[in-house]
Amino acid sequence: MRHWFRTQPRFDRHPDGKKGLLQIYQFSGKAKNDRPRSAYGSAIMTDDVDRNRRHFLAVATAVTGGAGIALAAIPFVASLKPSARAEAQGAPVEVAVGSLEPGEMIRVIWRGRLVFVLRRSEDMLARLPKVTEYLDDPDSLNADQQPDFAVNEYRSRKPEFLVVEGSCTHLGCAPLEQFEVGPAADWFGGFFCPCHGSKFDLAGRVYKGVPAPTNMRVPPYRFIQNDVIMLGAESGAA
Amino acid sequence: MARIESEIGAPKGGLIKWIDDRFPLTKVIKEHATEYYGPKNFNFWYFFGVLGFFVLVIQLVTGIFLTMSYKPSAAEAFASVEYIMRDVEFGWLIRYMHSTGASAFFIVVYLHMYRAMLYGSYKKPRELVWIIGMLIFYVLMAEAFAGYLLPWGQMSYWGAQVIISLFGAIPVIGDTLVEYIRGDYSISDITLNRFFALHVIALPLVLIALVFVHIVALHKVGSGNPDGNEIKDHKGPDGVPLDGVAFHPYDTSKDLVAIIVFLIFFCAVVFFAPEMGGYFLEYANFDPANIRVTPEHIQPAWYFTPYYAMLRAVPDKLLGAMTMAAGVVLPLFLPWLDRSRVKSIRYRGWLYKLALAIFTISFLVLAWLGTQPATGIFVMMARVFTILYFGFFLLMPYYTVIDKTKPVPERVVWHG
Amino acid sequence: MDRSGSFVKVLLSMLLLACASTLAAKDSAIEMLPANNNVGDTASLQRGARNFMNYCSGCHSAKYVRFNRMGRDLGLTEDQLIENLMFNAETPHDTIQRTMRDDDATRWFGNPPPDLSVVPRSRGINYVFNFLQSFYVDPDSPTGVDNILLHGTSMPNILWELQGYQKAIFVEHAVEGGGGTELVFERFEPISEGSMSADEFQSFVRDTVNFLDYMSEPVQLRRRAIGIWVLMFLGVFLILAVMLKKQIWKDIS
Repeated sequence: MRHWFRTQPRFDRHPDGKKGLLQIYQFSGKAKNDRPRSAYGSAIMTDDVDRNRRHFLAVATAVTGGAGIALAAIPFVASLKPSARAEAQGAPVEVAVGSLEPGEMIRVIWRGRLVFVLRRSEDMLARLPKVTEYLDDPDSLNADQQPDFAVNEYRSRKPEFLVVEGSCTHLGCAPLEQFEVGPAADWFGGFFCPCHGSKFDLAGRVYKGVPAPTNMRVPPYRFIQNDVIMLGAESGAA
Repeated sequence: MARIESEIGAPKGGLIKWIDDRFPLTKVIKEHATEYYGPKNFNFWYFFGVLGFFVLVIQLVTGIFLTMSYKPSAAEAFASVEYIMRDVEFGWLIRYMHSTGASAFFIVVYLHMYRAMLYGSYKKPRELVWIIGMLIFYVLMAEAFAGYLLPWGQMSYWGAQVIISLFGAIPVIGDTLVEYIRGDYSISDITLNRFFALHVIALPLVLIALVFVHIVALHKVGSGNPDGNEIKDHKGPDGVPLDGVAFHPYDTSKDLVAIIVFLIFFCAVVFFAPEMGGYFLEYANFDPANIRVTPEHIQPAWYFTPYYAMLRAVPDKLLGAMTMAAGVVLPLFLPWLDRSRVKSIRYRGWLYKLALAIFTISFLVLAWLGTQPATGIFVMMARVFTILYFGFFLLMPYYTVIDKTKPVPERVVWHG
Repeated sequence: MDRSGSFVKVLLSMLLLACASTLAAKDSAIEMLPANNNVGDTASLQRGARNFMNYCSGCHSAKYVRFNRMGRDLGLTEDQLIENLMFNAETPHDTIQRTMRDDDATRWFGNPPPDLSVVPRSRGINYVFNFLQSFYVDPDSPTGVDNILLHGTSMPNILWELQGYQKAIFVEHAVEGGGGTELVFERFEPISEGSMSADEFQSFVRDTVNFLDYMSEPVQLRRRAIGIWVLMFLGVFLILAVMLKKQIWKDIS
């Protein structure tokens, strides 16, 4: 298969059939007769010791070289990750939610991503238990979709404030808010994605039978004051 | 060929055969690697071709990654370089590799060219190999010059100012030409933007194409060797040169050693002296470009200083520029200037050896003078060595003819 | 005193102008003390960072340097950063900005004070080390001081309370290869005492300069550390490659 790597006609696969990298250590005895004093290959070795040594050196050099290339690739791959500036721009942001009326939602940007902050009214909260039978993951069992603090029926720190990334878990479109109940029997208000029709409830939980596979993602956040959210950090000083 | 086929066995099918039926893969690998025969007596000087290729790869790879974070605008260029140095993970390493690679490129290429002068590599039948190589050198100079502007430091700005102004020395069209190069009435954001285009797209494409043609031309005529005879003149019954060795595995295993030795030097600079005493990264270039203040010492990057010294040796703008241009262009004509019967320095007489020694010293002294202020004794020295530099080329048709040469052996000299 | 001071200045500037071409060749006639700073000395860097934030960052930015990275490199916690160093920054991700506004800077100093992120790389660390110690009293200067390394600098001697004031002593020398004499700086003489002794002040400056050196290339320690491993790897690779080459070339005679 790698016959084209063979170096020179006089080399042949070693009788014991040993295969190896680049095959630069394989000789055939018959070349000795064919070309007894060719300037480029008169000293044909048949010595097993030499052959094994060459085999070992070829493999060792190739492995070392391969490791070198892999190591050299590390900085190049690492340079692709978000830089310190991207991190800085993705730093936690403060969101004041005190002025939100019940039922009102604001859109904020964190790390260049859209985040919905919805102040749910008593009525909205009351609808959450009614919708569970239509949902795919009503108990937020998929741990990737929210921090631990949001594994509860409201998917939030405080029941009235919903904080979710405004990105459909199907292909990333921004879902629209449709907070009124109906007209469909299973619709108790929530988010509707205009791209491919995925549906989420008022806690960002995904409906059964829609393209989106998981609940909307809850970003890390915490309340630094009663009505101020620090978006992007679960803990820490700033 | 039939015998060889039978000996190694015809392709047994599979993927390689499938490809070979559609693309000359095996054929190319044979012709250019496993059955490309180079002389077995290559010495130290013959490493620099492959090293040049290796540096080209380094520059292309690191360049692509730098382009991902660099901003070609006067307002942001300097800051984006510092951004690469600080905020991008390992950006500092990629940048130092690129800046060191630029200087390494010239070191390697200069030594590669010097090899040709030592062993007459440019002589028949390799004139085209030499000419294409010189074109590579010119494109490389343009590439380096365009790249030098990109960090938008003081040296970038004022170095470009000085060199671009040189074109203004050309009669009649000079001033217009300078404006067309800059795209503005001074070096500006517009100039930077177009130099960026030249540096990352236009010139690298030309460079890669020329390198390809350089190798094709070389493989057509075959490599020369330090004895200056032709290994093709003595072939075995199978058509293989008796003094030849296959490129793979013989030259490849040798070149690998050369590449590692090169990398040791290269990494020593990258990791321990990236500024290289202000020659690889000039100190003044850590100040952002400032149109109001010229740095005290303006000098081009070290690889241009020999020609810069020639420029300053002549007290006239046009003549100075012409002298410099002639100094750059003259080596192109070496294949016809050199009329010696022999190629290699080994079999030349004392006259050529003396001339080459004078050339070597002149080039090095001019390089040093280019870094010194153009005052007093330095100007006088620059004039003397410029004349010597030109004398080496212009008198060559005479001294190479009267030089007493020694007989060249039929086969290569080899102490295996 | 005043008159002689101004005479010295006028004469000096005339001589400087006259000899501009020859002087330009030399970096400076002043012999510079080596900074002998050590970027590996974290305690010194911490002191330098404190000095920089207290004395320099009012006028000078270091706009490429981020607090959080600096904290990491200097072994400081985020709380320590916020309490001790982050005067003008809101979050640890921020870079070091000066307190002064741009238009104020231009009005007060003519040119805005330069950003100090990479200054040691363009001037050399010894220059900065000596510059900070080379202010001398010059009543004709708007700031009351001049600097032997950068005549006519618009930077005031911000460290005078620590260093005390000093005056510069010039002596007459015959001009080389020509008639007349020129005044050449010889030494400084203290006029008043500062709050620090001469040694204390010098190590204060050394710490500050050390921090500037660090800021100019924060990765420099890591760069050298990685470099050693890279060279060792290449050494092993070289040995293998040489052995392989010799083995393969045994074929050739």
